[in-house]
Amino acid sequence: MTDTSDTTARPGRRAVFEAALRRRSMRIAATSTAAVLLAIVLLVPLAPGWEAVKKSFFNGPVFSKTFPGLLDAFLLDIAIFAWSLPLIAILSLVVAICRDIQRPALYPLKLFATLYTDIFRGLPVILVIYLIGFGVPGLGLPRPWNSPYIWGSLALILVYSAYVAEVIRSGIESIHRSQRSAALSLGLSSGDTMRFVVLPQALRNVVPANMNLVIALQKDVALLSFVGPVEIFRQAGVYKSLYANFTPYVGAALIFLIITIPATRYADYLMHKRRRIEQ
Amino acid sequence: MRTMLRLAGVQKSFGTHHVLRGIDLDVDAGEMVCLIGASGSGKSTLLRAINLLDPIDDGEIVFDGVDIAEPGLDPQPIRQRIGLVFQSFNLFPHMSAEANVMLAPGRVKGLRKAQLKAPVTELFQRFGLGDRMGHYPDQLSGGQQQRVAIIRALAMQPEILLFDEITSALDPELVAEVLDVLRRLREEGMTMILATHEMGFARELADKVCFLDGGRIIEAGPPAQIFDNPQEQRTRQFLSQLL
Repeated sequence: MTDTSDTTARPGRRAVFEAALRRRSMRIAATSTAAVLLAIVLLVPLAPGWEAVKKSFFNGPVFSKTFPGLLDAFLLDIAIFAWSLPLIAILSLVVAICRDIQRPALYPLKLFATLYTDIFRGLPVILVIYLIGFGVPGLGLPRPWNSPYIWGSLALILVYSAYVAEVIRSGIESIHRSQRSAALSLGLSSGDTMRFVVLPQALRNVVPANMNLVIALQKDVALLSFVGPVEIFRQAGVYKSLYANFTPYVGAALIFLIITIPATRYADYLMHKRRRIEQ
Repeated sequence: MRTMLRLAGVQKSFGTHHVLRGIDLDVDAGEMVCLIGASGSGKSTLLRAINLLDPIDDGEIVFDGVDIAEPGLDPQPIRQRIGLVFQSFNLFPHMSAEANVMLAPGRVKGLRKAQLKAPVTELFQRFGLGDRMGHYPDQLSGGQQQRVAIIRALAMQPEILLFDEITSALDPELVAEVLDVLRRLREEGMTMILATHEMGFARELADKVCFLDGGRIIEAGPPAQIFDNPQEQRTRQFLSQLL
């Protein structure tokens, strides 16, 4: 008994060796990172146009004058994102389920869902935003139905639902056939089998993949600026013209990164955790 | 004895692979029938066919006087009366053991949780899992998972239970606890068909043993006859390979 408690208290040969290895690779990583950073800091200012770039992109006074306005405009991005997300969740789920239909009577639904995903995954997002964002209000609809907010958001919802639906469908297909067999053998209907057995597992499996799409959506909201809404990207453009300076774009980029970097890290963490569970 | 299940000329192919080539079998109420034979002899396919998971190509499956192999028949109400337990347990990993068991009675028979609580708890206790109801499948041993799978099938109160090599995926030391469950069900008079490699168990408890080879029942009879005095060359060969 005393022997075992001794070995747990003191690290074994392997642990000592691995700790030394870890320390060595940390040292190498730190040194090389420092060297690269130092090179950038020393070399970039030596470029002939550095002074001009610094003045038009990293201009302190312009930054502090425009940043609060950019933050304000960003609230509109968040609002568009927030009302699009639940609609994407619903539409993509419906499309994914339609694509899984096996009953011949419902074949038109399956065909329609397949066409839908093919079309909207095959088009550039910006093109869909132009076509719907300018096209539909062009019909001369009365207010508020000619609002670019509505039709621009709809374009985003249609495109992203197609991607999310495909991710969900891959999740549905990843659930082993034996799970369906087990549910059906108990006398459950195929609808209940999907709802209670297949979908809950499938959706859980695709959370990390969908997190990446959510991050992409958050950035693509900026594309709506092309059809009207004065969100952060357009606001930055306004400031650019006003001050004849590009610093507002750098400010806008910073605001996006503050949101997207933590979200990306979180998605990676989820993906990593899932891989560990599966092993 | 009342004949509960009668198979006549059952045929099944997967593509060009002819898996069942004319199976005839009678199962009486309260009887325990064991299917033995090498892997690929058609045992699993036969059980899945009876449960209507793999519809047969030709022949009859008469269950309680009705031909359930009739093409176009709604399989759902029939599956509720015929339980199937799988080799790989197939518990739903996102549900607790209790939720696994309650799902089908709740959805299919429309019973509420409160109504199910008492009978389901009693089932768990009867098979020694009273303290495991809240556990998820990955928190249970293989033997415990398979017992939960049996409880899940029993909760639908089936008239006949099919077992597809339910101990084959288990570590040797966990086989006994699952076989004990079968022994209990046998005593309670449950009608059962087992595909199994547990020859000792088949000899001890089966009323009838069928030896399958190449999609046919080569030889059928009481265990004493099949194991001690097999008439067919192929049966003798199969059994001698096991020793």
